[in-house]
Amino acid sequence: MTDKLQGWNPDLKTDVADIRPGDTVRVHLRIVEGDRERVQAIQGVVMRMRGEGVNATFTVRRIAAHGIGVERTFPLHSPRLERIEILRRAKVRRAQLYYLRKYRGKAARLKEDRSMYERGKK
Amino acid sequence: MERKALLGKKVGMTRVFTDNGELVPVTIIELGPCHVTQVKSETSDGYDAVQIGFESAARLNRPKRGHLKELPPLRHLREVRTEDADNYSVGQILDVTLFSPGEVVDVIGTSKGRGFAGAVKRHNFRGGPKTHGQSDRLRAVGSIGASATPGRVWKGMRGPGHMGNERVTALNLTVVKVDPERNLIAIKGAVPGPNGGLVMVRNAVKA
Repeated sequence: MTDKLQGWNPDLKTDVADIRPGDTVRVHLRIVEGDRERVQAIQGVVMRMRGEGVNATFTVRRIAAHGIGVERTFPLHSPRLERIEILRRAKVRRAQLYYLRKYRGKAARLKEDRSMYERGKK
Repeated sequence: MERKALLGKKVGMTRVFTDNGELVPVTIIELGPCHVTQVKSETSDGYDAVQIGFESAARLNRPKRGHLKELPPLRHLREVRTEDADNYSVGQILDVTLFSPGEVVDVIGTSKGRGFAGAVKRHNFRGGPKTHGQSDRLRAVGSIGASATPGRVWKGMRGPGHMGNERVTALNLTVVKVDPERNLIAIKGAVPGPNGGLVMVRNAVKA
């Protein structure tokens, strides 16, 4: 049965960015306004990732004007996501970084994980 | 009215991205291929209809075998009333390509059986209070009528009883995608019945 459910999303991305909770990312989102199309970038910390296959989503938390936290959830495979740039990887000890909501400013910093540079990955 | 319909099996639900990037919930149905097993007409039967059959059966009883004659043995037979019945001929094979994306359809199925269900589940009653000295009142039906007048319970009073396992029609659902190679169709939204249950998809009658 499940095999018949498969193949419905041939456009499921195979080159999905290897993002993890704690990463600081810039999400390039395609926005259609009337007949015009533009790309908007949203930069923030990946707060959580959930689901698998088509259902996979990730939530980005960014600090907007006046220190207001804004969280936005995207389907990982959405064709509206043009590109996800990983700017920084942090060492985190949980899968969901909900505790970031409690902290602001300096307290909300994450410790950088430099291992990917050392291995020459980036 | 001219109708078209196919029999199929509900496979399950998933989500698909549309061309403009929207993520829509869909039900996948393995639809057809169906054989036209009988064509009824105003003159011979008093009404116009097409009988279609779905899914090959290993064994069939003799009356069914006799009815199908040289057609392959088919497990499910259903009739569709349509005015253009004479456009069909016995033995003709209909497949998913009968429907195309964007079309509005109705899906008929048999809902999941819930057995003997209480009034809270069956009729969305609210039940009683949990606290304030209550016992056994949490999912109770409450009052079912007055006292000496009328001295009985009105007919049709809603209460506990058998729920589900009945014919249900989901109206005006949109076809999202069609996969003719695997005989599959993706229809937006939920569809009555369990996965693996028999369903009929027809073009919408109230659209």
